[in-house]
Amino acid sequence: MSEEGIEVPRALASGPSAFIPAKELLIEGLNQDILVESFLSLGQVDHLTMVMALHPSYLSCFLRTQHALFELDGPLPRDWRHYVSVMAAARHHCSYMVQQHSKAFLEAGGDESWLSGIKHAPVKLRSLHTLNKLLAHRPWLITQQHIQELVCAGAEPRWSLAELIHAVILMAHTHSLCSFVWGCGLNPEPDHIGGYAFHPPSPSHIPRSPHSPAHEDGRPELVDGAVEVEVLMKRMVELQQQQEEECTQEEMVTRFERQRSESIPTAVVRGAPPELVLCLVEEPEFRYEDFAPRGEQSPSTMRAQDYSWEDHGFSLVQRLLPDMGQFLDEEFQVVSNLTYNRMAMHEDVDTYTLRKALWNYIHCLYGIRYDDYDYGSVNVLLERSLKVFVKTMACHPEQTTARIYHAFWRHFRHSEKVHANLIVMEARLQAALLYTLRSITAYIK
Amino acid sequence: MEKMSRVTTALGSSSITGRTMFCHLDAPANAISVCRDAAQVVVAGRNIFKIYALEEEQFVEKLNLRVGRKPSLNFSCADVMWHQMEENLLATAATNGAVVTWNLGKPSRNKQDQLFTEHKRTVNKVCFHPTEAYMLLSGSQDGFMKCFDLRKKESVSTFSGQSESVRDVQFSMKDYFTFAASFENGNVQLWDIRRPDRYERMFTAHTGPVFCCDWHPDDRGWLATGGRDKMVKVWDMTTNRAKEIYCVQTIASVARVKWRPEKKFHLATCSMMVDHNIYVWDIRRPFIPFATFEEHKDVTTGIVWRHQHDPHYLLSGSKDSTLYQHMFKDATRPVDKANPEGLCFGLMGDLAFAVNESLVSSDAGRKPYPGGDRRYPFFSFKKPNPTEQFAHVSSALSVFETDLDSSRMDWFVKTAQLYLLSGKPFTELCDHNATVAQELKRPQVRRVRTKIIIRITGTANLNVSAFSFSMKEMGPESRLERCKGESRPDNVHLEPGNSHISNNNEDNEETEGSDGPTEYMFGDAELDDDDLYPMEHDNQTVPEEPVYTLPPEAFQLRHEIIDNPSAPEHLQQDKADSPHVSGNEAEVACLTPIESFSLISISQPLYSPHLHASFFCPIVREMLSHYAERGDVQMAVSVLIVLGERIRKEIDDLTQEHWYMSYIDLLQRFELWNVSNEVIKLSTCSAITCLNQTSTTLHINCSNCKRPMSNKGWICDRCRQCASACAVCHHVVKGLFVWCQGCSHGGHLEHIMNWLKNNSHCPAGCGHLCEYT
Repeated sequence: MSEEGIEVPRALASGPSAFIPAKELLIEGLNQDILVESFLSLGQVDHLTMVMALHPSYLSCFLRTQHALFELDGPLPRDWRHYVSVMAAARHHCSYMVQQHSKAFLEAGGDESWLSGIKHAPVKLRSLHTLNKLLAHRPWLITQQHIQELVCAGAEPRWSLAELIHAVILMAHTHSLCSFVWGCGLNPEPDHIGGYAFHPPSPSHIPRSPHSPAHEDGRPELVDGAVEVEVLMKRMVELQQQQEEECTQEEMVTRFERQRSESIPTAVVRGAPPELVLCLVEEPEFRYEDFAPRGEQSPSTMRAQDYSWEDHGFSLVQRLLPDMGQFLDEEFQVVSNLTYNRMAMHEDVDTYTLRKALWNYIHCLYGIRYDDYDYGSVNVLLERSLKVFVKTMACHPEQTTARIYHAFWRHFRHSEKVHANLIVMEARLQAALLYTLRSITAYIK
Repeated sequence: MEKMSRVTTALGSSSITGRTMFCHLDAPANAISVCRDAAQVVVAGRNIFKIYALEEEQFVEKLNLRVGRKPSLNFSCADVMWHQMEENLLATAATNGAVVTWNLGKPSRNKQDQLFTEHKRTVNKVCFHPTEAYMLLSGSQDGFMKCFDLRKKESVSTFSGQSESVRDVQFSMKDYFTFAASFENGNVQLWDIRRPDRYERMFTAHTGPVFCCDWHPDDRGWLATGGRDKMVKVWDMTTNRAKEIYCVQTIASVARVKWRPEKKFHLATCSMMVDHNIYVWDIRRPFIPFATFEEHKDVTTGIVWRHQHDPHYLLSGSKDSTLYQHMFKDATRPVDKANPEGLCFGLMGDLAFAVNESLVSSDAGRKPYPGGDRRYPFFSFKKPNPTEQFAHVSSALSVFETDLDSSRMDWFVKTAQLYLLSGKPFTELCDHNATVAQELKRPQVRRVRTKIIIRITGTANLNVSAFSFSMKEMGPESRLERCKGESRPDNVHLEPGNSHISNNNEDNEETEGSDGPTEYMFGDAELDDDDLYPMEHDNQTVPEEPVYTLPPEAFQLRHEIIDNPSAPEHLQQDKADSPHVSGNEAEVACLTPIESFSLISISQPLYSPHLHASFFCPIVREMLSHYAERGDVQMAVSVLIVLGERIRKEIDDLTQEHWYMSYIDLLQRFELWNVSNEVIKLSTCSAITCLNQTSTTLHINCSNCKRPMSNKGWICDRCRQCASACAVCHHVVKGLFVWCQGCSHGGHLEHIMNWLKNNSHCPAGCGHLCEYT
């Protein structure tokens, strides 16, 4: 074709992820089957799938959920589902997700003009704006009123509960997926804007994505990296053996508060997001914000025992959107049980406490508190650089950089970092869902 | 046992009194428990821990156990239990994993006795041994159960469920050493308290978490479990394998289950989500709750029978911050409001009809139908115990099967396909359609129709034709609809012994009796019709009527010849149809023909060659409405279309639209797309014609570049090629174009069909495996 004078685009990215070397992703044999299967069913294997394939057991249930959410029968039409996801992804300036779903939206027969700006979309979709905004950044502010505005008899345009819950799951799912996309530094697909170029590669310019790590090969500070792992291992063992120390409720609350209000510097503010994304966002300045400092009318924390996924959330979803509850339940279970019993260079390690700490830390950032968890152990197990990464990824995903990604767990495998990513993503999804489902429960009462 | 009997006597001496009452708590309750003498109740929750005395008229707060300015998390209770032997002993399960015991006999304000902090996660349940004073069991989210001896500082044994989350633990009432534990993964385990190393038995009881379990207070082997899958199951544990003996399906996940004292088959349940009511079920009647308490405004979190030998008082705590005492006599009885009759169509047109047996007692006199009216005895049981409070119920289920050979909607499809609605002069249309009706052996239809022709042609010589359709064949449907409508009001008021029933019963008897004759009446009436109105035949047979135009005559003559033999045929068909007709329907059935004849008999005398056409319009209109009401919209719509302007203004637009919509809907159900499209096209209602404009967009891909074609026409704006070339002959396709949705290649319908007969790959050579269906 190039002979005929047609410019042939050339893929820019050197692999699925800017953070993880391609060879790390594709060598393992055990994920072949699932990749083959997903290629056969979807006709492509996108970068997201490739990275997730590091954890095949999770990927298979993730794909099932994704399929049920976007393809199977449901209250919302197909093109709407993708548009809702586009709206959700735009909140996190995630052009990867926006373009993926835009493509699917058009394939499902969507109206192209909607993509040029949210103002072209139907009023009914636009009425999701508030919920989308809160769900993405401050789900604890969602109240019964927000639900009522969309669902109650006089509302115009009116959402049915089933439609609403479908949209909510779509949004929460996409938000958390954005976290994953940013957290793993996914490169644009070859057909995305920024994913290809027409000019020939210049010899001086080694193809490398915009935010590739600066210190890929020379890692000077690795010396103490190994020590870090040892220390972490020792702490985990200690925590497991430790007898419950007597401590007052006040002390426990203090520990919880300390975690959630601890100031973790999130990275420098990035340049403005691409126009493509910006036109799909209303109020782009609405962001995650730490809870008000203690004492100042902080929003009340949510007690995990009062509204849990297992007891309450599941039943509600299952009732309004049959089977979806089952899929999500499976996803949460797979993530919470996922372990390879190894840590960095060590085998046969029980990583339960570490995983739990990570999960509860995210929920803590979202104001969900477990009475039976000692938040002191979060501090013991999660080093500061990890907290920086996790908090950035969960709360300001668009600010994740390669530096943050490479700074934590320096001796760990990439697959373990992706594992951490998965935990953050699912914990975030569950937190957002719990707040919304609680409001819906309060509304239908 | 000795202790039990002592309690019983205690009850006898001071029987409990009270009324339905409630009190406000300061905070949502998580659990409640009563003390042995049923005089006090303890309420525990995240922010509440109080003891109330149950007095005659009200609850009185006795004691607040939540003391101290900054109460610790140990006060945040997930569960509470009052010891059934020791009046002063309570235990709570805290959300932070602590198990706490309380001694009310302590002189100080703080009654906390012992604190066990061995569990790592929330403790979901605590349970005292029913007879042992110092034995306490706990089950926690961390998957462990611990047994405490209250005389020691720590647990005496730990049981590992090998799974996440113990949701409930219950000591067996009868087996001293046994306890049951239910888990979040759906399993139930049985343990021997002396053997902490492994469980005695394990089985999967539910899909998803088992939230609760309860041993039957009297029967040694029965264990009731409730789960997130909305089921309550009763297991017989005496056999080697746990056997499910009863199962109740509720409408929401089951949070608590409690056997009702002194009633072997009763249990109470409440739900964790959405549903706020408390239900008492008779497990032998799993489809409808025996009694319902509807007082709470939020989910009920704790239920307990006030006294272990008194079935009439139920206490409940709820998230709505209230504590209720329910009197059993004040409960709602859903069975009183239930519909005692059920009617349902099967996929193949079978009809099932279930009704209280007393209502069909006259059944014996009923004539069995040749097509096979089958009666299936549904369920019927004798009262095992004369003190049972609910009425003896037994139902009869009748299934009326459709004779598949006479698949009764065939005529609809055929007539729809064969009727001509436009394109010819009216007379011809009329004749054609008459022939169709004739061919389908529906003489009555034809007759009605020819009459209309006679009338209208005779008067104004307008060459207007009309259609006639069998109302007979539509009969069963319309009758059934009526039947449904009629039985509903009855059902609502139906109560045993109510006068409604007796009325209904009488009706039934009547109809049952007249059932057989009715059928014949139908047939007879047909014949009578012929006899009664010889004029009509005269009109058809005798050509000297001046107003007759010749062509219709000829046809009608021909019809007349076949007319007589077809009358008995009709009769036969009636018989074949008779399985549809039964019970209540019969009474409507006998009405149907009579009405139609009255219509005919009115119209007949009006026949006069000198009247203006418009004179008949009301009659035609009436007739059409009659047919439409009877469910034969085909008739109504076809006549509407053919008569066109002549009748249209007589009928209001909404009605017309309604008819059109119904007919189109029917046609589409039968996949008669072409016919329905024709009807849409020919209809004069604007609302109908615009149906043709909806969803007419076709999304296509260009066969060259495989991208969606965005512009109109067949030129792809990306590759500037004509996308509609036939892949076989490479000519542009005009007319029918068929293409593969997988690879976007296609061509002339015939070419592609021929190609795919011999090949499986795409003719364009793209390698796609195309499929032609």
